[in-house]
Parts: sequence; C-alpha cells; structure tokens
Amino acid sequence: MSSQERERKRTKEKTEKTEEAKPAVVEKGKKIKEDIDDLLDKIDDVLEENAEEFVKNYVQKGGE
Amino acid sequence: MAIKLLIGTETEYGITAKKTDGFDPVSSSLFVINHLRPFSSLRILWDYENEDPLVDARGFIVEGEKERPSQEENFSLNKPLENGGRLYVDGAHPEYSTPECTNPRDIVIYEKAGEMTMQICMDNANRIRKKEDKLYLYKNNTDGKGNSYGYHENYLMLRDTSFERIVQSMTPFLVTRQIYAGSGKVGTDNKADPADYQISQRADFFETLIDLNTMAKRPIINTRDEPHADPKQFRRFHIIVGDANMSEFATYLKVGATALALHMVDNGHFITGLELANPLQAIKAVSRDLTLKKTVRLVNGKDYTPVEIQKAYLEEAYNYFNKLERDPVVYEIMSHWGDTLDKLEKDPCELNTKIDWLIKHELLTTYARKKGENWDNPRLAMMDLQYHDIRPDKGLYYTLMRDGYVTPFVSEGMIFLAKDNPPRDTRAFFRGMCIKRFPKEVYATSWSSVLFDIGNSTIKRVPLQNPLRGTEALVGNFFRESETAEDLLRDLSA
Repeated sequence: MSSQERERKRTKEKTEKTEEAKPAVVEKGKKIKEDIDDLLDKIDDVLEENAEEFVKNYVQKGGE
Repeated sequence: MAIKLLIGTETEYGITAKKTDGFDPVSSSLFVINHLRPFSSLRILWDYENEDPLVDARGFIVEGEKERPSQEENFSLNKPLENGGRLYVDGAHPEYSTPECTNPRDIVIYEKAGEMTMQICMDNANRIRKKEDKLYLYKNNTDGKGNSYGYHENYLMLRDTSFERIVQSMTPFLVTRQIYAGSGKVGTDNKADPADYQISQRADFFETLIDLNTMAKRPIINTRDEPHADPKQFRRFHIIVGDANMSEFATYLKVGATALALHMVDNGHFITGLELANPLQAIKAVSRDLTLKKTVRLVNGKDYTPVEIQKAYLEEAYNYFNKLERDPVVYEIMSHWGDTLDKLEKDPCELNTKIDWLIKHELLTTYARKKGENWDNPRLAMMDLQYHDIRPDKGLYYTLMRDGYVTPFVSEGMIFLAKDNPPRDTRAFFRGMCIKRFPKEVYATSWSSVLFDIGNSTIKRVPLQNPLRGTEALVGNFFRESETAEDLLRDLSA
C-alpha cells in the first residue's frame, strides 16, 4: 500500500466531524506555538540586561 | 462563618539596587517604606509595650534583649496601615504584615494588597533616585547563596491545646504541603544536595525540628508563642517553614489547608499514624522530587508519597468537618484541596497556571528548550529571581498573568479595596478605622492596642486583647456616630 493509499484509507475511516475539526486543531497548535514564541520574546524584552552580573550581585542579609 | 479562624501572614521582601556598589539594604529598606504617600507625612508609633517574642511555646522564656527603638527610630521603622496591617523594616528587609483575617481568601487579598502598597512605595522612592540607584523588590525567600528571609504564617490557637500534640499532628503536614505551596527554585542552598530545580525555596534551610530561632539553624516547627492576645486563653502557632507565594491560589490553599488541619488539632482531633522517620531529610527529598512519586519513610515503617500524606490529612478533614454544621468556607477549601491533590497525583502539569513551582518550571523549561540552554545558565537563575519581581511591567509572574499563563483567584477590585480598608470581622477593623478616621490623634498602635493623644496630658490606651472583637458589627456604629477621636473615646467608655 502506498502512503497515498494509506492516507486515503485513513481519511475514509474518519467521520465528517473530525474532517472539519482537523484544520482547526492545526490552527490551534500553530496559535499556541506562536503564543509561546511571543511570550519568550516578551521575556527577553523584560529580562534584566546582563543576567549573570545581576544574579551574582543579588546577595541578601538573612532575615526574619 | 461557623468555624472561627484567626490568621495573619508576614512577608519579608528581598531588596537590591541596579548598581550594587555602595548599596545598603537597611537604609534602602527604610527609604522604601518612608515613601508611603500621602500617609507617611503622618507619624504613628508602633507600641512595643505588649511585644514578647522571647516566650517559648514549650513553657519558658528565652534570655535576650527586647526590641525598644527610640521614638524617632520607631517612626522611621513603622507604618501602621489603614487596612489594619503593618509596613515596617525588619533587619535588612522591608516587611509587611497582613491585618488579622478569618479566612484564607481574605489572606490572599490582604497579602496582595500589601504587595501593591510595597510596589507603590518602591515606585515613589525610585522617582527620585538616579537610574543606577533604582531599587528592586522581590517576594521570594532566598538569594541562592545561602541567605534566606522569611515568610511567616500565624494561626491563633487555644492555650489548652498541647504543643506536643501540635508538633506531632502537624510535622508531616508541614513537610509535605510544599507540593502545592512551594514557589520553585533553580539550584540549591546551604550546602544541601545538588538539584537543577526544586519545589521549595526554603527546604534547604531547615536544620532542626523544633526551636525558637528563625534566623539560624532554622526549625521546621517554630516555638515563638506570642499570641498578641490574652495568653491564658490563646497561643500562637508561628509557621516559618513556608515559601512566599506569588500565586493567589497557592497562598489560598497553603493557608486554607493549614488552618483546617490546625482547627482539628485545636478541637482535640489529633492526627496520628503519619509521623515521619526523618522530617529534616524528608523536607529536602520531597523538594527535589518533581515527579511527586518518591516515597518518604514513616515511623511505623510504611512508605508514603507526599500526595498520599496530604490525602490522609484531607480525609481526616472530611471526617471531622462532615460532622459539624456545614460551613461554605471550609467546604471551598476542602474542594480545592482535593482537586489539587488529584491533579498532583495524575498529572501535575495540569496545575501549571495555578501553583508557583509548576508555573515557574513550565516557563523555565519552555525557555531553556527553545533557546537550547542548560539549568546552569544564569539567564534561568535570572528568570527565577525575576518571577518574584513585584513590578507589574517587569515581574515575570505578572507578565505571565497578562498573557493568560497564570490564573488569578481573587479580583483586582478586592485587592484595591483591601489596600486602604480593614477586614470587618476582626479587631483589625477597629485599628484600621482609627488610623483612617483619626490619623492625627492616633499616637501609637500595636496588634493588641490603639493609643490616642487627644491633646490633654495623658495618652489613652484602648486595649484590643480579643482578636475577634473590635469588629464592624460591634464597633461600626461608634465610627459612624463619632465626629472626633474624643467622641469615639467617650462613647467607647460609656
């Protein structure tokens, strides 16, 4: 069975409903990926410059 | 509510400046809190008269010097707030105590209100500082270099409840509640075993089981017994083992579940059969197992996962509270507690918008994967720290919330309201209303008193020994009917 035939067979077995849902699922997956990319870019924007130096210098007196 | 709880929390904030050369944490902390506006122009003292932090719950008094600052120092160190809480400097950190609350939802609201007050002070302070001197505040508990600062919870309990019973019943609970109350941390502290990432900020710092100390050799069970109320009637259970949470839901569940467990103990329902063979080792082991599947050994030889131990407490709570009049506050806590434990057991990732250590872990692992970085990269340590940054525009917790990656639990309106208004159902109402209505006549306040100076020669002290009095229901009318502080004092003594 060629891969095209496998694909046709699988498609035939599916209900109309999932056929319709498929593009939406792909769309949603793409959206989440874009969202996360957006978020990570945003974090790079707000993150303190020179993280290494900043973290090194963050020293507190013990409290309580 | 039918169940009477009395709860308050204290949060110490980490403080630093953009340029750390010449940075002094003590003067910087004072600089921050003295930028409370417009209120800091008013001077109200903190009344140390009734403070006794050296009384030990095991029944003795520890030797040491009580804190008694001079009047000028006192003004500078203390800002009693209109919401009944207290803004102050403790050692080298700015600190906020919530007013006394009767339920965990109010604790969330008043803790967040304190965070907002702290952030406003910081903004006011930074307006007049050079760019390189700008101050940053963090609601976390460690600098990652072996120094920790605290987040303390206080629960009022009955004097008659035996302290030994509290220790026995609560230790396994306090060791394991980090699975929903931990704030997450990159790396380790205090020469503890290595880990890339762990559940709790504080676990590495606990070196003993029971003690009065909070600053060194920290104990899982702290014995400070200063009830700020009639000591013949009440004791205080002072919990220092917890992390400060950014997540509203985590704060709610941490305080709610703890209050229910303590309420059972306070009413003679002791929880036995869960004692841990080695609590100090267990608290660090639980913090290092992100799968939550590893077991800890009990004294009776059985091995339980931390979820199983928490489920045993929840079951005790269902058994106990089902026999009482149905209290919606209690049932809400048990419902969230049960749902959270089920998810922690099946798939903790489902809680990655609600529980701090999971929110932070998701953020850090996604970032590391995308950028091809390892756990030892300083950018991940920076993100860990900046998750706790209280600035709404720069803090990563708030950045995530804006984008829907963190689920809020209370409304912003309630937080705004709580910034300047006391809770109605404890003595914090009386304290807060006095400051709000008669700021010039209030000479000093403390947890258990309000002192007035109305111009004649004597200072009048109104004692607030019972935390459940001084409520809106009991004294609201006095504030509605009194035009001056003098009227109020006259009506109160009538």
